[in-house]
Amino acid sequence: MTERLNGPQGPSSDDGPPPGPSRSSDAEGSAVAGPGATPPESGTASTPQAAPEVATAGAAAPTAVATRRGRLGPSPMIAWIFLLPAALLLGVWVIYPIGYSLYRSLFDASGQSFVGLANYGTIFTDPGTLTTIRNNLIWVVVAPILVTTLGLIFAVLTERIRWATAFKLIVFMPMAVSLMAAGVIFRLVYEQDPDKGVANAILTTVRDTFSPSQGYPDARPREGDTVRAADGGVVATGQPALIPLVGIKAADMPPNAQPAKPGGSGTVWFDFTPGGGGRNGQIDGTEKGLPGMTVEAVQNGRVVATATTAEDGTFSFEGVNGPYEVRLPRSNFEAPFNGLSWLGPTLITPAIIGAFVWVWAGFAMVLIAAGLSAIPRDALEAARIDGATEWQVFRKITVPLLSPVLLVVFVTMIINTLKVFDLVFIIAPPSVQPNANVIALEMWRVSFGGGNNQGLGSALAIFLLVLVLPFMIMNIRRFRREQS
Amino acid sequence: MTATTVDRPAPRHAGEIKRGVVGRLVDALGSGVVQVVMVLIGLFWLVPTLGLLVVSLRDEAVNNAEGWWTVFTKPAQLTIENYSNLLATGFTASFWNTVFITVPTTVLVIGIAAMAAYAFAWIDFPGRDTLFLIVVGLLIVPIQIALIPIAALYGGLGIFGTIPGVVLFHVAFGLPFAIFLLRNFFVGIPASLLEAARMDGATEWKIFSTVVFPLGKPAIASLGIFQFLWVWNDMLIALVFANTESQPMTKALQSEMRQFGTNVDILAPGAFISVIIPLILFFAFQRYFVQGMMAGSVK
Repeated sequence: MTERLNGPQGPSSDDGPPPGPSRSSDAEGSAVAGPGATPPESGTASTPQAAPEVATAGAAAPTAVATRRGRLGPSPMIAWIFLLPAALLLGVWVIYPIGYSLYRSLFDASGQSFVGLANYGTIFTDPGTLTTIRNNLIWVVVAPILVTTLGLIFAVLTERIRWATAFKLIVFMPMAVSLMAAGVIFRLVYEQDPDKGVANAILTTVRDTFSPSQGYPDARPREGDTVRAADGGVVATGQPALIPLVGIKAADMPPNAQPAKPGGSGTVWFDFTPGGGGRNGQIDGTEKGLPGMTVEAVQNGRVVATATTAEDGTFSFEGVNGPYEVRLPRSNFEAPFNGLSWLGPTLITPAIIGAFVWVWAGFAMVLIAAGLSAIPRDALEAARIDGATEWQVFRKITVPLLSPVLLVVFVTMIINTLKVFDLVFIIAPPSVQPNANVIALEMWRVSFGGGNNQGLGSALAIFLLVLVLPFMIMNIRRFRREQS
Repeated sequence: MTATTVDRPAPRHAGEIKRGVVGRLVDALGSGVVQVVMVLIGLFWLVPTLGLLVVSLRDEAVNNAEGWWTVFTKPAQLTIENYSNLLATGFTASFWNTVFITVPTTVLVIGIAAMAAYAFAWIDFPGRDTLFLIVVGLLIVPIQIALIPIAALYGGLGIFGTIPGVVLFHVAFGLPFAIFLLRNFFVGIPASLLEAARMDGATEWKIFSTVVFPLGKPAIASLGIFQFLWVWNDMLIALVFANTESQPMTKALQSEMRQFGTNVDILAPGAFISVIIPLILFFAFQRYFVQGMMAGSVK
């Protein structure tokens, strides 16, 4: 079934183009004579095994074969009747527009005056369109490699798990989802607020797990205190050191903070009594410690010990002799990590490529897995018995044998990245869209989305066509090769 | 790991055994790692869609207050209110527009492409191979090339913004793939079947409709699924050629994107409704889907 669908390599390979034209033309000459009996040679040769037979028959009695074929095939006129609806649609909706776009691209926005190649000049000089070209370049370089590599890794790894079918279904599922819906899905994933967007939720959780530093962005010593601000941090003297800070917003106050206590090598606390009444620089009953502060002991400009404040704000240095300065380094006063701004101008293209990979990795995986299952197991086993490591087997046998499939996936992805539109349009917020813009989107924007310049739009469409042209020629060549 | 190969020279043998023990350890460890990695990847692929589903099932205030993952501890947040609100608006109309665009397109593409594929596969006519190569070339023509010319044409014909206009555009751009896929399947049909019918004096139309078309069902099913999903999920063509009366769901949702953040209660359920039918089709017919995809890309 699958083999059948993969037709060209199989049965059809007998009626290849090189002999084709001559064959069909000599059939044309006489086919009119007698429609409706034995079909032409493509019938006899429709199984690979039959091919040699035909060849010998042809060599032995060429004229006989030719006349037999010509006499009995259906009339070519009938072919045109079968082809007519398709030809009409393709002619009007696909082929004629290529010519029209080419023509239209030589005129200005209004379509009134001929401007020659000026629209093409605009593509390569306007900063807006140059950005789209740059972005498409990033897409073409990054996305196909990512998708193909991931597809290969997934395909190889699925062979090692029992729930491969379930895994494949999950990874393949985005293929059924519209790019529009995928865009909405990833707009939600990439929300800046870690309480909404799952990407930043994961990032902040991971980061907080590994470096649980507590940020107090607006904390500062009170003016005129013995404790002073220095180099973005805070410096204090005295042992034990009392370090009162003010200016902390309620929202930044960690929930686990306990009433401050003196003790250890010193205390860092929020010197503010809600409702008033506290004394400056003194730990009053209800004032809270500032937990999670990094505290350094500095002697002669060198950090000799570090500590972290406890829930009541106390800290203690181990093994420090002699006088030292206590320093709260700048890192304590930076805003806590809130995730990346995925939808900001810098990360927007990588973020959308991430969504693209999510959509297409399943496609790559399924194709590559099919190629993988066609590799003869004996070759792999033989290599393993000869002492090859799994990595060597993978690199020296699996990948080379898979290279035709990998190429197909890779080329398909290049074409897809050149045409990428929906994901960029949906995921990039309007304000960031100029930074994320790609050719296909710019073409729509310029012609229909408010730009109102169909001359430039046509030029962009032709530009896009020229970009996929090499792959078109490649497809045709490969098809001809497989047919002959 | 096959470490116990008996008939090996001694030094090699020792090496094999050593590698065997280590190898087995690595294997056991490795398979555990592989399992974990695969579960993580699976989650990675599942979580975004799950997020959309949960968000669509929560009140807007709740969505603004906390992440959708808190639903696992507070399942009481779930409500179908967003859906009932959405269905009370014009969204239902765009759902039906999607259906009215997708179904005729799929039927037309199958019928027209099957006829052409039959001619390419089984009728000898001058220029057949050249014409088919043109079809192969047209496989990847970007849709953008036809947007401006066809918009002008539709303006002249008065079908701009109508469902038939959208359908015809889809049909034309679906044809190259469809003809390619079906022709490659049809050439594999045993010639003897056609010969017999032609001997009996059956017309070409009769052979096509009673022999080739029924035999081509597996390929037609693949094509049908593929074409259906492709049209159902399209946004670009709808964006240009449909108006607010004839717009499918993708376009209706796109017009809501501008207020993203304040109308997640419309977007999330809308997006989910738009993917339900493709997902059902996908899970029910994934075999055909995969086959169609392979036939289309492994050229």
